[in-house]
Amino acid sequence: MDEDTPLLNELEKGPWPSYVKEIKRMAKKNKAAKDLLGIQELSYKDRVTHWKHGGIVGVTGYGSGVIGRYCDEPEKFPDAAQFHTMRINQPAGWFYSTKSLRQICDIWEKYGSGMTNFHGSTGDIILLGTTTDNLQPCFDTVTEAGFDLGGSGSALRTISGCVGQARCEWSNFDTLKLVYDLTMEFQDEIHRPRWPYKFKIKASGCPNDCVAAIARADFTIIGTWRDALRIDQNAVKDYVDNGFDIKGLVVDKCPSEALEWDDKNKELILKADDCVRCMHCINKMTKAIRPGIESGATILVGGKAPIIKGAYLSWVLVPFIKIEPPYDEIKDLLRKIWDWWDENGRTRERLAELIERMGLKNFLKEVGIPPVPQMVYKPRANPYVYF
Amino acid sequence: MGRTDLGPPDYRDMLPDAIKRNYGKWKYHEKVRAGVLKHVSETGDEVYTVRVGSPRLVSVDFIRDICDIADKYCDGHLRFTSRYNIEFITDNKSNVNGIIEEAERLGLPAGGTGNSISNIIHTQGWIHCHSAATDASGLVKAIMDEMHEYFTSMKLPAYVRIAVACCINMCGAVHCSDLAVVGVHRKPPRVDNEKVLAQCEIPTTIQSCPTGAIRRHPDPNVKSVVVREDLCMYCANCFTVCPAMPLADADGDGVAIYVGGKVSNARKPPMFSRMVVPFLPNNPPRWKEVVDVLKKIVEIYAKNAKQYERMGEWIERIGWEKFFGLTGIPFTDQHIDDFTHAVETYRTTTQFKW
Repeated sequence: MDEDTPLLNELEKGPWPSYVKEIKRMAKKNKAAKDLLGIQELSYKDRVTHWKHGGIVGVTGYGSGVIGRYCDEPEKFPDAAQFHTMRINQPAGWFYSTKSLRQICDIWEKYGSGMTNFHGSTGDIILLGTTTDNLQPCFDTVTEAGFDLGGSGSALRTISGCVGQARCEWSNFDTLKLVYDLTMEFQDEIHRPRWPYKFKIKASGCPNDCVAAIARADFTIIGTWRDALRIDQNAVKDYVDNGFDIKGLVVDKCPSEALEWDDKNKELILKADDCVRCMHCINKMTKAIRPGIESGATILVGGKAPIIKGAYLSWVLVPFIKIEPPYDEIKDLLRKIWDWWDENGRTRERLAELIERMGLKNFLKEVGIPPVPQMVYKPRANPYVYF
Repeated sequence: MGRTDLGPPDYRDMLPDAIKRNYGKWKYHEKVRAGVLKHVSETGDEVYTVRVGSPRLVSVDFIRDICDIADKYCDGHLRFTSRYNIEFITDNKSNVNGIIEEAERLGLPAGGTGNSISNIIHTQGWIHCHSAATDASGLVKAIMDEMHEYFTSMKLPAYVRIAVACCINMCGAVHCSDLAVVGVHRKPPRVDNEKVLAQCEIPTTIQSCPTGAIRRHPDPNVKSVVVREDLCMYCANCFTVCPAMPLADADGDGVAIYVGGKVSNARKPPMFSRMVVPFLPNNPPRWKEVVDVLKKIVEIYAKNAKQYERMGEWIERIGWEKFFGLTGIPFTDQHIDDFTHAVETYRTTTQFKW
């Protein structure tokens, strides 16, 4: 095998774990994996992709979850001529029992190339490479094992969230519970594409935003709190006694000058009204400072990558909302947004692009949310106002 | 036909006991060393997490290997992070070294915590994508081999998030990363008139172009489109809706490098990454030119930034003119934005440095 892949062999060297070793490992017992290796080597030689555009394949009853993929040199690589991907919706927070992982492994060894991504960038388990004929039996076995497909195409994409309260003291709501609940509520929207384009929902438990929700999700939920952060002055003293430069590394770096260090009394003073809850002081003094107790989230909308009209970060829509089951307010808001977008959006127009085209003002009216200053950095400078 | 719409497994069935017992009760955490976190609960429990790197594109046997570790040390559970790292969680401190040793035996380094370079968020590239302008897994391997010491340590001023996208569709948060590598095309689509007729809807294809570069073919007998090449900026949105317009080209394709983005709200609000190198060629298997630029930027950042200052915060403080000066990266007309939100980036003050 090595003599056929002089370029890829280079990527078996070096300290970082090698995906080439992984493909070779599978190629010893799986013909599709062997051809995948050949196709990758050919791309390294030719410096272009050897995968053809799309192809509509899927499983009965779904329009989502399977990405059709065909090699452009099927004669040379017959065992990867059809190399479709299945997206498997991950359990919230990417926690697994080894029993469930081994089941997925056995299924994919039987029906596919044995190559996977743990995980795709949206969050799904990606099962890379199977034939059209194997899709349905593979899917049936996947569901028997208790898993289901994720989203693809112009659908609600697989929802993801950070580790949340499962293993983080900063999470202002239960991200896993919310992600699971919304995923179960919107199975139809995930599995049957019907919209102008994709729609993504991501939930982070605090403003550190470990799942990059603000950059990547049309509907961004980021945990925050309404009251003052909590300071344990004894723990603060411990930090300072151990030589921690509280003035230089925490107080001076507070973006809204909400902290003062009283060196005489060894006390960290918070001007709660000035705090913008950025997380910096909490991040750096994990034992001494914690988020407040009146917890909830900020909802922002519109985050996306550049295609088509440029990249957008999500915009504040609801500055503060309690996040509690059964999450009816969030579900109602989502349905209102989808109705408006579906009604007005052009093909391949994401929510942010539609809001920009129609105006945030009109969007707010449609979803019934009154304007507040927290939605903007600053008011308009021009005089061109519709009355 | 089996059941449909059953959704993913309930996460509560996937949690290790140590997590179940302390769910929502966490008090604080510490970084014990690179790759090891200690979380302390209000219940008094101490739970250790060992984080190790993964190549993401893995065989089912790799998953079985890590399951073996989890069965031995973590009551049969494990998790993955949003950056593809594997996390082994245990409430028995004496398991930590065993987990690290067994992971290292598999070639998986412990790290990716705190002020490190964690695993690279990336896309499929030539492994599985029809629109890729570069590879992803190979590029990531080449970069992480060079950045390895930063994965296994916490010595940087702040963490540096790297992302790789194989085309400007950017599946992944590439546009808000400290360092981003993006596959780009540089040649307009080649229109195959016969395939357009068979595979494409002409109005949709025309509408897909954000610069209005696509028109109906001037000959009404030819049911196809033409591209005004002077207006095309190679976004490939047309190729997505019409397979008869490929842009991929061995010499035209390569990567651009962006820096200074972030998603966290800590200190400064989230910001976009900005282009610093418009184009470097695809030079597999090691992409030496790309890796060299990234390494240089990281080293200059590490030397010059203040503690806890992210890449973008550092650049904003010193000014972009200083960034280009320090790195020696040439500033060209391609760095000046001329797309939808361009004017916001033009300087409107006499304040600058030399």
